[in-house]
Amino acid sequence: MTDATLNSGGESPKNRSLHTLDVRTKRRNRAESRFKAYGIAAILVGIFFLVVLAVSIIRSGAPAFSRTVVDIEFTLTQAQLDEAESQLFKTKAYQTMFIAALKEKLDARGLDVAFDDAAIERLLGKIGGDLRSFYAANPDQVGQAVSFQLPASSRVDGYFKGRVSRDTLQDSRFLMKTDLDLVDALHDAGIVRTAFNSTFITGADSGVDNPGGAGLGASVVGSFFMMLVVLVLSLPIGVAASIYLEEFAPKNRFTDLIEVNISNLAAVPSIVFGILGLAVFIQFMHLPQSAPLVGGLVLTLMTLPTIIISTRASLKSVPPSIRDAALGVGASKMQAVFHHVLPLAMPGILTGTIIGLAQALGETAPLLLIGMVGFVARGYPETVMAGFTEPNSAMPAQIYTWAARADASFYEKAWGGIIILLAFLLAMNIIAIILRRRFERRW
Amino acid sequence: MFDTPNREASVSQTDIKINARDVQVFYGDNHAIKDVSVDIEDKTVTAFIGPSGCGKSTFLRCLNRMNDTIDICRVEGTILLDGEDIYDKSVDPVQLRAKVGMVFQKPNPFPKSIYDNIAYGPRIHGLARNKAELDEIVEKSLRRGALWDEVKDRLHAPGTGLSGGQQQRLCIARAIATEPEVLLMDEPCSALDPIATAQVEELIDELKQNFSVVIVTHSMQQAARVSQKTAFFHLGNLVEYGETGQIFTKPNDPRTESYITGRIG
Ligand SMILES: Nc1ncnc2c1ncn2[C@@H]1O[C@H](COP(=O)(O)OP(=O)(O)OP(=O)(O)O)[C@@H](O)[C@H]1O
Ligand SMILES: [Mg+2]
Repeated sequence: MTDATLNSGGESPKNRSLHTLDVRTKRRNRAESRFKAYGIAAILVGIFFLVVLAVSIIRSGAPAFSRTVVDIEFTLTQAQLDEAESQLFKTKAYQTMFIAALKEKLDARGLDVAFDDAAIERLLGKIGGDLRSFYAANPDQVGQAVSFQLPASSRVDGYFKGRVSRDTLQDSRFLMKTDLDLVDALHDAGIVRTAFNSTFITGADSGVDNPGGAGLGASVVGSFFMMLVVLVLSLPIGVAASIYLEEFAPKNRFTDLIEVNISNLAAVPSIVFGILGLAVFIQFMHLPQSAPLVGGLVLTLMTLPTIIISTRASLKSVPPSIRDAALGVGASKMQAVFHHVLPLAMPGILTGTIIGLAQALGETAPLLLIGMVGFVARGYPETVMAGFTEPNSAMPAQIYTWAARADASFYEKAWGGIIILLAFLLAMNIIAIILRRRFERRW
Repeated sequence: MFDTPNREASVSQTDIKINARDVQVFYGDNHAIKDVSVDIEDKTVTAFIGPSGCGKSTFLRCLNRMNDTIDICRVEGTILLDGEDIYDKSVDPVQLRAKVGMVFQKPNPFPKSIYDNIAYGPRIHGLARNKAELDEIVEKSLRRGALWDEVKDRLHAPGTGLSGGQQQRLCIARAIATEPEVLLMDEPCSALDPIATAQVEELIDELKQNFSVVIVTHSMQQAARVSQKTAFFHLGNLVEYGETGQIFTKPNDPRTESYITGRIG
C-alpha cells in the first residue's frame, strides 16, 4: 500500500511545476484516500451492528419494564371479614366477596360480561389468599376503600404486549378464549391497564410459575457485594504486584516466567476459574455455596491478571526520566514510585481496574458453577454480612436463568435484565472516563 | 598526571573530593568505561569532553550511582567520596545522591508545579522546618538557577509548561535546592540559548565557591570558559586529564589534539 520503490520512472523530480501532480504523488494520494475509505467503511459497519444490537435489545427488553395490572378498589367490612373467617374455605370466601365487588363495579359502568371464579383465577391467580394476608397484616384497613393493583397473569400480560393473540391462543387451564372478552371489557372500563413494572427492578426471582413477579433487584444486590469483594481484593493486590514486578523486581528468568504466566492467566477461559472456585473455595475451604463472597473470590482471580497487565502497562508508560529525576534529587526508590510514578500511572490503573470490574460484572459461566444461579435469590439480604454469605445470584446469572426458562414472558425479562446490566456497565465506563479526566487534570 | 602544584589546594584541607580508581563499566558485554582513574577536586569545575558515545554520561552516572537503576549495568573499581567508598555495601545510594546532585542531559521536570519541583528535594530531606523556610529555599534556588524573574508570578503553574531552556534551568535549580556537595551536570546547556547559557555558566562559576562541579559538555568554548580541570574521554578510555588551560593549549595526547581541533568526534 505504501510504495517505497525506487524511482524507476524516467521523470526527473526536478524541473517540474508544483501545480501538476506527478504519477507517484497521484498514486500515493489515491492509496491514501482508498485507505481512508476502508476506515470509514469499517466504522460504518461497526456503527450499523451497534445500532442493530441496541434496537433489538431495547425492542425486546422494554416490555419487561411494564406490566398489565388490574386496578381495583375494594372495601371489606368488618362483618364480611368475620363472616369469611368463620367459614371452612376462608380464602375462597374472600375471593367470592372480591368477585361480587368487581361485578358490581362493572355493572355500575354499564358493562355486562359474565365471568366466574375460575376466570378470575386465570386472570389474577388465587387472589383470595393475597387478600386475606393483606387484611391480616393491615387490620386498620378493614372497612376502608383500598385500591389494589394486582398483576395480571403472564398470558394476559402477553395479550397486551402482543405475545398472545386471539388466533394463537389455545384454550387451556391458564387462559380461555372467552377470558379475553372479560379482559377487553375490563380494559375498556379502565380497570385493566399497563403500568410501570417496579417489581422488575426491585424484586427477586419468583419461580417458574410466576413470571410477573420476577425482578432483578436481589441479584443486583448480589452483584454489588461481589464487586465489592473483587474491588477490595484485586485492586490492592493487583497494584502492589504490578508495582513490585515493574519497579523493584530484578529482571531474571523467574520474573520473566511470572510475567508470561500472568499474561496466560488473562487468557484462561472464565469457566476454568469457576471450576477452580468450586474445588478450592467450596469443596476444600467449605465456604457457603452460591454466596457472593465466593463469587467475588472467583471473579477476583479472573480480574487480577487484567488489572496487573493494565497497571504494568501504565507504569511502563511513565517516562523513565521522571524516575531518574526523583532519584537524582535523593528520593528513595519507593518515594520515586509513590510520589511521581504512581500518580502519573493512576488514570491508566483506574481505567484498567474499571474495565476489569466491568468484565467481572458481566461474567456468567463461573457463577453458574459455584451455584449462583437465578432462583436462589429469594430476596434482599437482611444484614451486610448476610449480603456476602447468603445464597444470592448475580445479574448475568439471573439473566441466563430467565433465558433458559420455557415461559416466553421470562424471555422478555432476560432482555430487560440485559438493559439493566448494560446500564450498569455504561455507568461504570462513564465513571472510568470521569476519573481519568480528574486525574489527568491533576497531573 | 596531576602533579601541578595548586596553591588553593594548600588552603583547603580536603582537596580531593572524588577519587576514582580503575573504574570499569559494562553494559552487558559492552565495555563502556575502561580503567578510568581520576581525582576530582573540591571547589573546582571539572569538564568531561569527548566524542558522542565515549562514555562521559556513563562515568558521570557512576559518581552518584545512578547506574544502579540500569539492570544490565555493572561497575567495577573503587570510587571514593571524601575517602569513603561509595560502592560499599553499607552505603545507601539515596544518602549518596543527596550529597551528589545531578542535572540530566534532557530536561526532566516533574509534572508538578514549578514550586513543587524545587520544593520536593528539600521536603523529602527535611531541609525546611516551615513553609516560610521552604518558600525561601525555592526563591533562592530559582534565583541561582537564573529563572526567578521569569517564573516568580507563576510558581504554581506546571513545570512542564516551561520552554525547554527554562525547564533545564528549573532542573538545575531543583538540583541545587538540596545543597549537594558535588553537582554533576550532563550537558546542562545543550537546550539553552546563548543568554541562558551565559547565566548558567555564571551560576556554575558561583557554585564552585561551595561545591565541586562536574560538567559534561560538547562545547569546547564552554569547557574552556567554565572549567579549571578537563578530562578527555575517547572510546571509554580517559585519554587525558589535566588543567584546562594545558589541555586546550598543549595537549599531550595526539587524540586530544585532534578532537579539540575538530578532527575526530
Ligand atoms: N542504558 C544503556 N544500556 C546499554 N548501553 C548503554 C546504555 N547507556 C549507554 N550505553 C552505551 O555506553 C556507551 C557510552 O554511552 P554514554 O551515554 O555514556 O555516552 P556519552 O559520552 O554520554 O555520549 P553523548 O555525548 O552522546 O551523550 C555507548 O556505547 C552506549 O551505547
Ligand atoms: Mg551523554
